[in-house]
Amino acid sequence: MDYLQPASWAEALALRAQRPDAVPVAGGTDVMVGLNFDRHRPAALLDLSRLRELTGWERDGDHVRLGAAEPYTRIVQRLRDPLPALAQASRTVGSPQIRNRGSVGGNLGSASPAGDAHPPLLAAGATVEAASVRGTRLIPAAEFFTGVKANALAPDELIAAVRVPVARGPQRFAKIGTRNAMVIAVCSFAVALDLAGRRVGTGVGSAAPTPRRATAAEEFAAGELEAAGLWDSRGPLPGSLARRFGQLVADAASPVDDVRGTAAYRRHALSVIARRTLTWAWAELRKETSGCGCHAM
Amino acid sequence: MRLSCHVNGERRCADGVRARESLLFVLRERMGLPGSKNACEQGECGSCTVYLDGVPVCACLVPAGQARDRQVVTVEGLGDDGGLDLVQEAFVEAGAVQCGFCTPGFVVAAHDLVRRGYAPTEEEIREALAGNLCRCTGYEKIIDAVKLAASRWWARSG
Repeated sequence: MDYLQPASWAEALALRAQRPDAVPVAGGTDVMVGLNFDRHRPAALLDLSRLRELTGWERDGDHVRLGAAEPYTRIVQRLRDPLPALAQASRTVGSPQIRNRGSVGGNLGSASPAGDAHPPLLAAGATVEAASVRGTRLIPAAEFFTGVKANALAPDELIAAVRVPVARGPQRFAKIGTRNAMVIAVCSFAVALDLAGRRVGTGVGSAAPTPRRATAAEEFAAGELEAAGLWDSRGPLPGSLARRFGQLVADAASPVDDVRGTAAYRRHALSVIARRTLTWAWAELRKETSGCGCHAM
Repeated sequence: MRLSCHVNGERRCADGVRARESLLFVLRERMGLPGSKNACEQGECGSCTVYLDGVPVCACLVPAGQARDRQVVTVEGLGDDGGLDLVQEAFVEAGAVQCGFCTPGFVVAAHDLVRRGYAPTEEEIREALAGNLCRCTGYEKIIDAVKLAASRWWARSG
C-alpha cells in the first residue's frame, strides 16, 4: 500500500487523477476502522490532512462554504448561528475525540445512510463542491447519495467543500440511539424552516438506502402553513399539522430491520421525531417573534 | 516509510512504517510507549487517547503518516521529570483506577478538560469523557478524580 501525502490541493487533485484506486483520508475516523479490521486493503491512502484549503469556513453571500476537512468540534463551536441543524447534528457525532478529527467531507465521502451530517445538509439545501483536475462542479446534496455508501463523485474527484445556505429560520435535528454519545443513528431527522422562501426543508437519515428528503412532507407543511396564514401570523402550530407531517416523513422512509432497530420501529420513531422537531422549530420561531430573544435548545 | 515526529517533547524516528499503520501501533510497537492502550481499534473506547498537536484524538484512528513533523503527547508525557501529572495524582487519590486498562485514555481526555481551567459540572465531565469506556464501570470515582484535579488546577493557576 502506498502512502500519498500531497503538500498542496493542486498536487492532491493531480494524485487523485493518477490514482483513482487511492482512498482519501483526512480525520481517519471511518477509513482507519476499515483498515484496522482488515475490511479494506486499498492500493494507496491519499492523505488530505495537510491541506489548508480543506479546513476553515467562510461566509460567501447567503452561503457558508465549509472546508471538507473542518472538524465537527469547530462546527459545533462556531457555526451554531448560521447552520443550526448541522451544528446540532455535529454535536451528536461520536465522542470529543471523534469530533476533533471527523468532518463533513468524510461523512459525505463515506456516504453512509446513517451519516449524521446528511439530514441537515438535505434540509438546508446544501451543495457539495467536487473538484478534479478537470475543474469544479456543484452537486446538490439531494443528488449526491446514489446508493448504500455510494456517492456521485467521479473517480478523479475529491470533495473540496460543502456550501450550506445560511439559515433563514429555525432548524432542528434529532437522532435516535441508545445513549447520547458514540451512537450510529437508528434513525435521524432534520427540519429547516425557510421563512423568506416560505418552505420547509427535510432530511431523513438511517431509514433508507440513502439519506433522503421527505418531499411530500415538505410540500404538505409549507402548503398548510400558507393556507392557514401561519407564515405571517406565526400563530400556534396545529397539532394535526405536526402529526400529519410526521406521518408523511415516516412514509418517505424505506427502512430495513437490522442490528440497530426494526423497520417498524424506525418508521414509528421517525414520525415522532419529525413531529417533535417541527414543533420545536415552530416554537422557537414564535419565541423569536415575541421578542424574548432566547434560543431554547 | 520513515516517520519522524515529536513525541513527549523529543524528536523520534521510526523506520519501516507501513502505510496502513496507525499512530497507536507506532507509539506502542516501534517507539516503546505502551501507555496508550490498544483495545477496540475503532474509536469506541478512548483507551488510546493522545494529544496530536494539542488536540485529543484516538491514536488508533490516526494514520501514522499523518503524525509526520507533528507534536504527539502521550500519557507518558503528561508529568514532569518522571513524576505524575496533577490529573494522574488525582486519579490515584480518588481511587479512580480499577484494572487500569482504560486509565491512560481517561487521564488524557480528563487532562484536556481540566487544563481549560474552570470547575466543570458533572454533566460537562460526563460529556467530555463520553468517548472513554471503563469496563470495570468505575465511573463515579473517575468523575471524583476529575473534580479533584480541576479544583487543584484552579487553585494552582489562580
